[in-house]
Amino acid sequence: MNSYLDLFLTFARIGGLTFGGGYAMLPMLQKEVVEKRNWATEEELMDYYAIGQCTPGVIAVNTATFIGYKNKGIPGAIFATLGVVSPSLCIIIIIAAFIRNFTDLAIVKNAFAGIRVAVCVLIINAVKKLYKSSVIDKLTLAIFIAVALISILTDISPIILVLGAGIVGYLGKKVQKQ
Amino acid sequence: MIYLRLFLEFFKIGLFAVGGGLATLPFLSDLSDKTGWFTQAQLADMIAISESTPGPIGVNSATYVGFTSAGPLGSLCATLGLITPSVIIILIVARILKAFKENQTVKAVFYGLRPASTGLIAAAGWTVISISILNLALFKETGNVLDLFSIKALVLAVIIYLLSNNIKQTKKLHPVYFLALAALAGIFFNFAG
Repeated sequence: MNSYLDLFLTFARIGGLTFGGGYAMLPMLQKEVVEKRNWATEEELMDYYAIGQCTPGVIAVNTATFIGYKNKGIPGAIFATLGVVSPSLCIIIIIAAFIRNFTDLAIVKNAFAGIRVAVCVLIINAVKKLYKSSVIDKLTLAIFIAVALISILTDISPIILVLGAGIVGYLGKKVQKQ
Repeated sequence: MIYLRLFLEFFKIGLFAVGGGLATLPFLSDLSDKTGWFTQAQLADMIAISESTPGPIGVNSATYVGFTSAGPLGSLCATLGLITPSVIIILIVARILKAFKENQTVKAVFYGLRPASTGLIAAAGWTVISISILNLALFKETGNVLDLFSIKALVLAVIIYLLSNNIKQTKKLHPVYFLALAALAGIFFNFAG
């Protein structure tokens, strides 16, 4: 298949199946992009997420742009990005135009209460995989625990956490070499 | 020309909202006050709809606001406005990254970034768990451990966890099957209460 079309359709599928924002996209990315197509590795996904936290914009779009660019240059980036946003465009336009009180419908409420539970489990699974490839020694374990706790317990911006972790990583490697 | 203005307003939001979809909300509230294109009540509807439809929340809200303000073409302009700065910035970062991939300093920085990225995702996972499986408010009120878990949700979570990790026939399934199963369970067992 035409590789631009493939990028567009794969990201359209990911965009159309992600419920609950950028983080919920991770299990889909792991399945479609890492396992099925080898467009990126687990490590690269983590890098893109970390960079996506510190750069403006929607994380899903940032990640799609990264993976599209890596595989097919600038046109690839554009196709992947348009892919990830197009299901939202269609679905939201239909809902906004035709369905009044969409979120009051009992069936919608119940379905989404169920879906959120599945999203929890899928994120746990995604974190387990990422943990294996990112937490490789004591220092990375400390960074993981510190960032998770600070992020849960305080309002400190993720940007600061990501930048801080980068500095700690850099200094840590320096010390290890000596 | 409302289309151009929509594009530009959302371009600004895309440029300044750092940290994902929900970071766009304060900007949208501001936009509502400034332009009157949509009301604060519509904004509240929009958040509910964005969270209960697939797709990135930032993109969903741009589409909804664009549509409410100026129809289908409005949603296209708002969404393109929102994503254009991201695409440009990420292309620049991706180029730089490609050039410095083998650089020892860059490698050392990413060695620290990866566990941080995992930690942030774990924290986001905790947030979803605390609202969909746990029942913290009720627990604080009663102090009864049995009230801490929403039992139906916990049972479903355990089933999906086992299906996606421990059972050979189902653990390689695409995540969408688990979402569909959960949606059906939600409807049949009245999960929203």
